[in-house]
Amino acid sequence: MDFKTFVFFFFAAILVFAALRVITARNPVHAVLNLILAFFTAAGVWLLLEAEFLAMVLVMVYIGAVMVLFLFVVMMLDIDLDKLRQGFWRYLPLGAFVGLVVALEMALVLGGGYFYAPDASLPAAAASNTRELGALLVSRYVYPFELTAALLLMAIVAAVALTFRGRKPGRHDDPASQIRVQAADRLRIVKMPAETDAPADEPAAMIDNPPEQSA
Amino acid sequence: MTLTLSHYLILGAILFAISIVGIFLNRKNLIVLLMAIELMLLSVNMNFVAFSRYLQDPNGQLFVFFILAVAAAEAAVGLAILVLLFRNLKSIHVDDLDKLKG
Repeated sequence: MDFKTFVFFFFAAILVFAALRVITARNPVHAVLNLILAFFTAAGVWLLLEAEFLAMVLVMVYIGAVMVLFLFVVMMLDIDLDKLRQGFWRYLPLGAFVGLVVALEMALVLGGGYFYAPDASLPAAAASNTRELGALLVSRYVYPFELTAALLLMAIVAAVALTFRGRKPGRHDDPASQIRVQAADRLRIVKMPAETDAPADEPAAMIDNPPEQSA
Repeated sequence: MTLTLSHYLILGAILFAISIVGIFLNRKNLIVLLMAIELMLLSVNMNFVAFSRYLQDPNGQLFVFFILAVAAAEAAVGLAILVLLFRNLKSIHVDDLDKLKG
């Protein structure tokens, strides 16, 4: 058993353990933290497979963004754990049976030597995994790449539209109504009869004969 | 004993089986269901990367790249729906989601 095999089994054991904890953890926060451990360990396995770029993407994008989003949401929700755990183990026999059959079938097919491929390491010239993937991405897969960008934009719009609840009441300008405004909305002209018999003698006299000092 | 392709494929299969069991166990808890789906996607990605490595073909790694992008979009929209659901029902219990009478 060489060092590489040892590292693989080490990572694989942690990965399986973390995955089991994800599905059995009582507290959803613990489940998310174990999922982070699982993804991190999977990144280690991918490094072993010489997929360096994807391993880093998994750590930075997946753990750094998606899992933190999960953590936010889990902490935001006030979940009644006991109700959610009701009958948790009731389907365990059926679930374990199905899972075991799936794993055994796959292990039979995959482990039977049909998929034997020698561990040929890459030639040293093709060292930069990132350069290789980048060249493919902008040549052969440029159309799917742009579709992915559109998909992500759509996801942003969908997430905002789903959770948006209208603007908060408060002070804010509405430019549309500012443009639409007419003079009549701002100024009200009231017609009323002129007042003729007002006893306004003294102010009228002041206007007719201004005081001397102002001249 | 050296590493072969089968090692990685069987690891992926075990992860996939664990996620299936997780969906059975957590059938009432929507958020852990989403996590089990994420785990399932990880196992699929593991297979892609392993095949890409052993067939010396980088195209498989690009598929993983696209799967990661789609999974991120799926997680964002799924969690938005979850938050909306919790806001309206004050619960994420799957049994409470019977408004459509399906």
